[in-house]
Amino acid sequence: MDKTVNQKAWFLVLPVLLLVAFSAVIPLMTVVNYSVQDTFGNNQFFWAGLEWFEEMLASERMWDALQRQAIFSAIILAIEVPLGILVALNMPKRGIWVSVCLVLMSLPLLIPWNVVGTIWQIFGRVDIGLLGHTLAALGIDYNYTQNAGDAWVTLIVMDVWHWTSLVALLAYAGLQSIPDAYYQAAKIDQASRWAVFRYIELPKMTGVLMIAILLRFMDSFMIYTEPFVVTGGGPGNATTFLSIDLVKMALGQFDLGPAAAFSIMYFLVILLISWVFYTVMVNLDKREGK
Amino acid sequence: MADLTAARGTTRSFALPRINVVMVLYLVFLLLPIYWLVNMSFKTNDEILGAFSLWPQSPTLANYATILTDASWYMGYVNSLIYVVMNTVLSIAVALPAAYAFSRYSFLGDKHLFFWLLTNRMAPPAVFALPFFQLYSSVGLFDTHIAVALAHCLFNVPLAVWILEGFMRGVPKEIDETAYIDGYSFGRFFVKIFMPLIASGVGVAAFFCFMFSWVELLLSRTLTSVDAKPIAATMTRTVSASGLDWGVLAAAGVLTIVPGALVIYFVRNYIAKGFALGRV
Amino acid sequence: MAKITLDNLAHSYLARPASEADFALKELNHVWGDGEAYALLGASGCGKSTLLNIISGLLRPSQGRILFNDQDVTDQATAARNIAQVFQFPVVYDTMTVRDNLAFPLRNRGAQPAYIAERVQTIARMIGMEAELGRKARGLTADAKQKISLGRGMVREDVNALLFDEPLTVIDPHMKWELRTQLKALHHEFGHTMIYVTHDQTEALTFADKVVVMHDGRVVQMGTPQELFERPEHTFVGYFIGSPGMNLLDAEVSGTKAVVQGVEIPLGADYARPTGRVQIGVRPEFVRLTAGAEGLPVTVRRIEDVGRHKIIRCELAGVQINAIAAEGALISPDMTRVTFDPAAINVYADDWRVTPKSQAQEAA
Repeated sequence: MDKTVNQKAWFLVLPVLLLVAFSAVIPLMTVVNYSVQDTFGNNQFFWAGLEWFEEMLASERMWDALQRQAIFSAIILAIEVPLGILVALNMPKRGIWVSVCLVLMSLPLLIPWNVVGTIWQIFGRVDIGLLGHTLAALGIDYNYTQNAGDAWVTLIVMDVWHWTSLVALLAYAGLQSIPDAYYQAAKIDQASRWAVFRYIELPKMTGVLMIAILLRFMDSFMIYTEPFVVTGGGPGNATTFLSIDLVKMALGQFDLGPAAAFSIMYFLVILLISWVFYTVMVNLDKREGK
Repeated sequence: MADLTAARGTTRSFALPRINVVMVLYLVFLLLPIYWLVNMSFKTNDEILGAFSLWPQSPTLANYATILTDASWYMGYVNSLIYVVMNTVLSIAVALPAAYAFSRYSFLGDKHLFFWLLTNRMAPPAVFALPFFQLYSSVGLFDTHIAVALAHCLFNVPLAVWILEGFMRGVPKEIDETAYIDGYSFGRFFVKIFMPLIASGVGVAAFFCFMFSWVELLLSRTLTSVDAKPIAATMTRTVSASGLDWGVLAAAGVLTIVPGALVIYFVRNYIAKGFALGRV
Repeated sequence: MAKITLDNLAHSYLARPASEADFALKELNHVWGDGEAYALLGASGCGKSTLLNIISGLLRPSQGRILFNDQDVTDQATAARNIAQVFQFPVVYDTMTVRDNLAFPLRNRGAQPAYIAERVQTIARMIGMEAELGRKARGLTADAKQKISLGRGMVREDVNALLFDEPLTVIDPHMKWELRTQLKALHHEFGHTMIYVTHDQTEALTFADKVVVMHDGRVVQMGTPQELFERPEHTFVGYFIGSPGMNLLDAEVSGTKAVVQGVEIPLGADYARPTGRVQIGVRPEFVRLTAGAEGLPVTVRRIEDVGRHKIIRCELAGVQINAIAAEGALISPDMTRVTFDPAAINVYADDWRVTPKSQAQEAA
């Protein structure tokens, strides 16, 4: 759509600008401020330059957390996106079952994140949880508080449980936007089920799937509450992701300088990857819009 | 003729829906953990820790009674709902004009501004927890509902702008122009004509704002202590204090699912239609 | 290629239709000849798309049978019926090239690569897209995409029937004419049975051998363009076809005379005494404005010069009567009456044409 050039439009954007400036820019400045200073207590601060950044870049702890984080995000994306598409393709076509499925599927999305953690913490416990109990009864040695592998599996299954519906809902929305004529034409052309998916459904879902991947990437990269409740980052540091590490550092140990430097780099990594996604998406949009 | 068709129609409408294995398995996977929570909420602590059972042997409402009669529990729900509603209203109110500007006009720095807004959706709350705490303490807003509502605007406003912009782009510009020619002022046009056209977009945006504000814990816990403490934080503290009162914890958890379930029920028709129209 | 028989066919979108009004398509029996070009013409919502979808197998009729070459295909799936269909809006596979789009229906049926290549080339030439064959279909204009859809519909030579569902809606006017001409040429060349749904009478009349006019879920007339023009079987056909449509006047008819507003009008045949709401219909082409003392007294409201002829808009007691006069015809203010060509007058009772006695006897 051709847009009119109108500088007065800035006035319409102004409220958002002020609000976001208050809730984003000022705190961000505080963080930047901390990241370049050192303190010996008593609110006395010294200029520390890029010292904290250098320290953090050299710290194995951050690199380990980053690595764990990257692996976690990659795994859950690799499971949730195909599974979400599969679920969307299997949605009922019409009638009351559509509403029923939509409501039930959305349910995990609206559960407070710590309650999600609590649900899985309980569900996985060997003594009182259905999952843990069943696994134990089957003779499988499962204990997410002791075994790092079990902890990882628990967190991944939990995230799949929590968020696959978002991908499925978006994919379903993409499928809904396909006019019937496409399916009819495919029938007349004797297209196979795979061809229908590959040449009709997948192309129409690309846009929404990019959004789903972007959202899932960002949110999984920032995950804090759920693993914190279930494993607390343990056993050891096995499930200490970036946000958990950061909160430990900032609020637990009150290492403001390193924490701030950490924060900024953390933010930049997300920004960089998201920017790549965003650029790809905008280009896709342009191609769609001719 | 009428008889024949009626007969055929009857057999058709009574035909059982084809049972879809994938969907059924997925729903079972989703509902089992929730069922387990509900199951536990009707058990006494002794029963939970005692013999393992798939459903309550002697169902009790005691856990719910504990929560609904204790102000320190139920005020948590009230606090949460207050700041979530405040945040949703605030986010939509400021996002509407901004989304309109982005969808209709081109102005200096619009693309950069739009991307910058989106970057805030990408900011890890953990990064902002401490600065928020200091900022709101220094302006005397610590432990107020508005503090949490404002803090959640950080990620909800960009999202709302994004969703609404998508919906508004789908409304032809000719509608605006026709309305102006017909002598509508901007304000009247926006409320009377434009808003009804993007109603489902507002619904979807509000749904997302509600959802992300309702489920967030890190910021809301950091910014409150007593007066505005959200239910989620109340739960975590009770766990550490009384440690093993699983029944009450489960009941509290079930009660946090209820508002979300109600919201979904009301927007269920928008979920399908709404998602597709906008980009989210 | 096939003869298509519609046997006792009707369809309702409701599970249990209570009355006739619930039927989107009311009971019909027709045989459509092999290798002929038909146009289904009607206003939107008249049931023409429903009928098309029943023929293509996308919709199962709630009653009756459909036969291709005397073989019952009512319960056959779309793919098995071996038909091709072009939709109102372009349906192309965006991520494929134009070539792959055209080749898709052939490849799915396991045709030989050499044959496919040759066929795609032929079709591309026909739709004028040889240059774009290697391009992705995404990003082409709606025009171009619809041409691909048409091409995909025509790529198979052995189809039983080619169905078009208002295929030229999104096409530019000048391209419309060109594509329609190509379709017609194609029909002459290969002799496919073609069914073309449209609401545009020009498209229908220029494309088809036989036009099927539908109104309110019913086929009101099936005939050549000339038959539709001269002997509309239903008042709807009268005013839907023609520009402007047929003039309809309430009248009392007895024998070879009609009386309109107290004025006697001679008819071309004996119609006996039809009952119900009786009207006479006469096309503007057969209405003459005169200065004589004969005919109906009218008030001339407006004269429109549309190039090849003039349209004279008159009024008689609140009812509009249109007349068409030759381009050079002189119209003077003292011309205050209209006369009709008796042979061109049709008589309608409750909207259906009344057959004159003489023809009824011939038929019997």
